[in-house]
Amino acid sequence: MLTLRCPYCGVDADETDLHGEGQAHLKREGPGSSDEDFEDYLFMRENPKGVHFERWRHAYGCGKYFHAARCTNTLQVFGTYSAQTLEPPQDIKDKISDARPGWSWGTFK
Amino acid sequence: MSTRLANQGRLINTDKAVSFTFNGRHLRGFEGDTLASALLANDQMLVGRSFKYHRPRGVVASGAEEPNGLVNLGKGATFEPNQRVTTTEVFEGLTATSQNHWPSLEFDVGAINTHLSRFLPAGFYYKMFMYPRSFWKHVYEPIIRKSAGLGKAPKDRDQDTYEHFHAHVDVLIVGGGIAGLAAALAAGERGARVLLIEQTAHWGGRAVVDTPEIDGMPAQEWVNTTVQALESMKNVDLRLRCMGAGVYDHGYALAYERLTDHQPDADGPRHRLWRVRATQIVTATGAIERPLSFAANDLPGVLLASAVRDYVVNFGVSVGDRTVVVTNNDDAYRTAIALKKAGLDVPAIVDARSEVEGDLIDQARALGIRIELGKGIAKVKGGKRVTGVALCSQAGQGAVLEEIECDCVAMSGGWSPVVHLWSHCGGKLNWDADQAMFRPDPERAPTGADGEGFVITAGTANGHLFTAEAVSDGWAAGRAAAKAAGHNKRGGQAPMGLDAAEGPISPVWLMPQGASHALRSKAWLDFQNDVKVSDVQLAAQEGFESVEHAKRYTTLGMATDQGKLSNINGLAILSQSLSADIPNVGTTTFRPPYTPISMASIAGVARDALFQPIRKTPVSDWANANGADNEPVGQWRRPYAYLRPGEDVHQAVNREVKNARDNLGLLDASTLGKLIVKGPDAGRFLDMMYTNMMSTLPVGKCRYGLMCTENGFLMDDGVVARMSEDTWLCHTTTGGAERIHGHMEDWLQCEWWDWNVYVANVTEQYAQIAVVGPNARKVLRKLGGMDVSAEALPFMQWADGKIGEFDARVFRISFSGELSYEIAVPAGQGAAFWDALLEAGAEFGVMPYGTEALHIMRAEKGFIMIGDETDGTVIPQDLNLQWALSKKKEDYLGKRAHSRSHMADPNRWKLVGLLTEDGSVLPDGAYAIADGKNENGQGNTQGRVTSTYYSPTLEKGIAMGLVHNGPDRMGEVIEFNKVDGGTLRAKIVDPVFYDKEGEKQNV
Repeated sequence: MLTLRCPYCGVDADETDLHGEGQAHLKREGPGSSDEDFEDYLFMRENPKGVHFERWRHAYGCGKYFHAARCTNTLQVFGTYSAQTLEPPQDIKDKISDARPGWSWGTFK
Repeated sequence: MSTRLANQGRLINTDKAVSFTFNGRHLRGFEGDTLASALLANDQMLVGRSFKYHRPRGVVASGAEEPNGLVNLGKGATFEPNQRVTTTEVFEGLTATSQNHWPSLEFDVGAINTHLSRFLPAGFYYKMFMYPRSFWKHVYEPIIRKSAGLGKAPKDRDQDTYEHFHAHVDVLIVGGGIAGLAAALAAGERGARVLLIEQTAHWGGRAVVDTPEIDGMPAQEWVNTTVQALESMKNVDLRLRCMGAGVYDHGYALAYERLTDHQPDADGPRHRLWRVRATQIVTATGAIERPLSFAANDLPGVLLASAVRDYVVNFGVSVGDRTVVVTNNDDAYRTAIALKKAGLDVPAIVDARSEVEGDLIDQARALGIRIELGKGIAKVKGGKRVTGVALCSQAGQGAVLEEIECDCVAMSGGWSPVVHLWSHCGGKLNWDADQAMFRPDPERAPTGADGEGFVITAGTANGHLFTAEAVSDGWAAGRAAAKAAGHNKRGGQAPMGLDAAEGPISPVWLMPQGASHALRSKAWLDFQNDVKVSDVQLAAQEGFESVEHAKRYTTLGMATDQGKLSNINGLAILSQSLSADIPNVGTTTFRPPYTPISMASIAGVARDALFQPIRKTPVSDWANANGADNEPVGQWRRPYAYLRPGEDVHQAVNREVKNARDNLGLLDASTLGKLIVKGPDAGRFLDMMYTNMMSTLPVGKCRYGLMCTENGFLMDDGVVARMSEDTWLCHTTTGGAERIHGHMEDWLQCEWWDWNVYVANVTEQYAQIAVVGPNARKVLRKLGGMDVSAEALPFMQWADGKIGEFDARVFRISFSGELSYEIAVPAGQGAAFWDALLEAGAEFGVMPYGTEALHIMRAEKGFIMIGDETDGTVIPQDLNLQWALSKKKEDYLGKRAHSRSHMADPNRWKLVGLLTEDGSVLPDGAYAIADGKNENGQGNTQGRVTSTYYSPTLEKGIAMGLVHNGPDRMGEVIEFNKVDGGTLRAKIVDPVFYDKEGEKQNV
C-alpha cells in the first residue's frame, strides 16, 4: 500500500485515501483531430516497468488531483507535483536521472 | 507411547490442571500447554487424516509450521475449523474434534485412497475428469466438491468482537527470539519508536530450549533481563501472541494479535489486526527445520527433531519411549542429548553423513548413544503409529541392513530461514550452498518510497544459525534500523553469545540417495496435501518445469501451511529431476499472510451498522416508520414502495402509480445530486460538460441535459437550472453525485485550470420533494406563499420563495408526466415540510410513492433512466436524443467520439417501445432473436429489453428496448427469449406510452 505526499495539503496519504486516475500528461484531442491521434488520446497508454507518471486524487482528503512520478517496479517515488502543468518539474526529472540514468517516458527524458 | 514426564517442562504450570475434550474424550492438561502437547501427554498421537489419501497423521512440528494437527475448535457460535494444535493454547473447557474422516478418526473409509494411490498420481484430477465432457457437471464435480476441503465452515454467527489498530512506528521488529530482542534493545536505546511482536506466548524463541550462553548468562536469564529492560523503555511496545502477517509497499505491515483465544471468557476483542506503517522493519523470524524424505515419513510418531526436543523441554512431554534420531546435521544431536538427559531411550542416531565432528557429537557419544554414520532410513514401520525403522546405507538404493524398534522418529534435514516477510514485498534470496538454505540477500532488500531498503533481516532468519552470530546480527539490525529512521543516540554494546562447535551439514534431499520408486512414492514432501517425491518427479517428467507450474500441478505447498515444511525439499527434488541447480529453479512466491488470519479480524468492527455507512435523507425516519420497503441506491436506502397493512409490494406500487396519476403523490427526491457550478467561466465550462448548450439558458429556467464521457458514451443526465448570471445548479442521478462532482473537478483541475469556476456538491444541504399529480397545485396553494400558477411559474422554470412557512426553491419539472413541482427546502426543514405536505394533502388524496412507482411512471412517459437504458456502451443517438446534442458548439466532451466510424454508423441498436401481443411483462434484459447463428454457434440477436414493467395506467406490460434500426421498424413483431426457454412476441412501438403530447405535465 503506497503512501504519496499530496502536493496541495502536504499530507502523506495512504493509498486508501487516494484514488488512482491513470496516466498523467495526456494531451486532449477534440473535434478536428485525426482518427489516429484521437485513438491514441482515448486508448493508448504507457505501461512501463520502471519510471511512470500518474494522476492521483486525494479523494478522502483535500479532493485535489495531483501527479506522481514513481517507479512501477521498485515503488520508489521520485516526487509528486501539481496537476496544473504540462510536464514534470525539472527537479523531479533530475531526481529520476540520478536514480535511473537514461530514462525516458513519452516525450520526456 | 507418548506421555507426560514428571517434574519437567519449563512452560507448564503443573499446579494448575485444565480439562478439555478431543473427539468427545475428556482429557487433562496443564496451564501453559498447547493443544498439541496436551494431546501428546494423553497419548493421543493420531490427530487427523490427510487431505487426499486420508492417511493417519500425527503432530509433526511444535509451531506455526505444523501441517497435520488441524482441528475443529469450539462449538456453535465459537466454532472454527482448521485450527493448529501447535499454536492453540489449552484452556479449561476447550473442545476439539479432528477433521477429514468418516465415520471416525480411527476408522476412516476414505483411507481406501491410500491403497489406490498408485492410480491417484499428480495431475490425476486433470487427466481423469476430462471425458466424457458431460460427466464433469453432473458426476465428477459433485463428488469432488463433497470430498474436497479440510474442516467444515462455521454455521452460526460469530459472537466475538474484533478490531483494527493503526500504528506508526520507526522500527517494527517481527520475532521475539534472541535476535529480535537484541534488535529491540539496540533500536530502543537509540531512541527509536519500536514495536516488537512475537507470535507465540513466550519471549526467547528456540534459544531458551537449546540453552546457549549470552553475556555470560544462560539464555533464559538473558531473555528475562532483556525483556525487563525493554519494558522499562517508554519508546518500546512489546506484544506477545502477535504475528507479523505481511509486509507491503512503503513500510506497511500487518500484524495479527490473538488476545483472548487462550482465555475465551475474558473481556475485549478476540483478535486485533495491527495496521502498521514502519519506517524500518526488522524480520527476526527465525528458521524452520526441514523434514527428511524417506519412505513412510508421514506416520504418526515421526516428528521434526526440534519439535521432539521442544515437547520434552517446554512441556515435559515425551513423544515416545524409544526415539531414533535421523539427521544430516549436528543440531539434531541436541534432541538425542535432551531425550537421554530426560531419562528416555535413544537406540540410535542415524546420520547420513559419513564423517562428523563437533561438541554435540562428543556429548552424544559420552552419553553412550549409538551413532550410525553414512546411514539412512529405508522405511518407517508401523500403521497408525511408528513401531520401528529399517536402516539402510544412505548411498544405496534402500537394501535393509537392520531394523530397530522404536515408537518415535526425530528427523532433521537442516534449517530453512523464515524468509516470508522479507520476500512479501520483493526482497530477493541467495542460495547458500554451504548451509543448504535460501537466505535473504541484503543487497536486494524490499525498497520503499525513497528507493532505499526498508526491511533488514536478522538472526537465524538471516541464515545465522548459531547463537553468537544471531544475537549480534539482531543487535546490528536494530541499530541500523534505528539509524535509518533517524535515531542516533548512543547505546550499549552488542550482546555476546557462546555456542557449541558444530560441523557442516550435508544436504540430503532423498533418503536413501538411490531410493526405488516404491520408496519414493511413500516419501512425503507435503504432509497436508499428500505430495510425495514421486509426484514432483512425475510433474518434472511431464513438462511442468517451472517451480510455479510444478506447484500447481502437484499441489505442493498449496495447503493451509503454504509449504512451510515442504517447499525447499520439493524444489530440491524438482531441480534434481531437471538436472538443474537449486538457485536456477528458484522458489515459489511467498505471499501474505504468514499463517492464516481470521476473516473476522480483517473485517474488524466493520459489520452490521458499521459495515457501510447508510446515507439518510430528512424523510428517511418517517419512511421507515410508515411501511417503507427500502432498496439500496448507492449508499442511500430509498423506499421502493410504502406498504400499507395487508398489501404486497406489487399492490402498493400499483396503488402509488394510480394515485399519483389521479390525485396527488409525494416523492422524496432528496438523494438527487445537486452541484452548484459558479464563476465567470461557469457557462463555458458547462457547455463542455453537457452535450447541449447551457450557457444560453436564461436565468430562472431549467433545461434537461446529457453528459457524455470523452468516449462519447452517455454517463449521466439531469435538469440544469440557471440561478444567476454566473451560477448554475446541476442535478445529477442519485448514484452519480460524487462521481460527476469528481468528473467536473478533474476537468477543472487538470485541463482547464485557468477557467474561473467553482463546483460545490450541495446534495445533502437540501431536502427535495416532488409534489406530483393533478392536485399538486392545489396542495401548494393551500399551504400558501409564493405564486405557483401556470402563468407565474410555467413548465421548466424555477423560483425562490416561501411555501407556507418554508424557504423553498420550486422547480416546475416532471419525471412522471404529471403536473409536478420539485421543491427544495433546507435539509433541516425537510422532515417538517414533508409532514406539512401530508397534512395539507390529506383532502386531495395524498400518498407518498417509492422508486418503483417513479420508474414505472417515467417508463410510461418513455423517459430514459441512466443505468437502465445506458450501460456504458450507449450513446445519446441510440436513445433518439439527437435533439440534445448541440450543433452550435464547436466542442464538448464526447463530440469528437460521436464522429468515430462505429458511433456514426446508422446501423445501431436504438430505443423503441415494446408491447407484448398478450399484454404480459417482458423479462428484464431479454434478447430479441434474429435469424441464423454466429461464429460460436449461438443464436443471433437483434436487440434487448432495457426497462420492463407492468403499467397500472395501461393495465398491461410495457417495455423499452434497444432494437437494431428499431425506430424504422414500427409495428413489426419480434420475438424475445424467456428465462424458461420459451419465447414472447412483442410489437415495436413508440416508447412514449402515456400522454404523448405532454399535456398533463404542462398545465
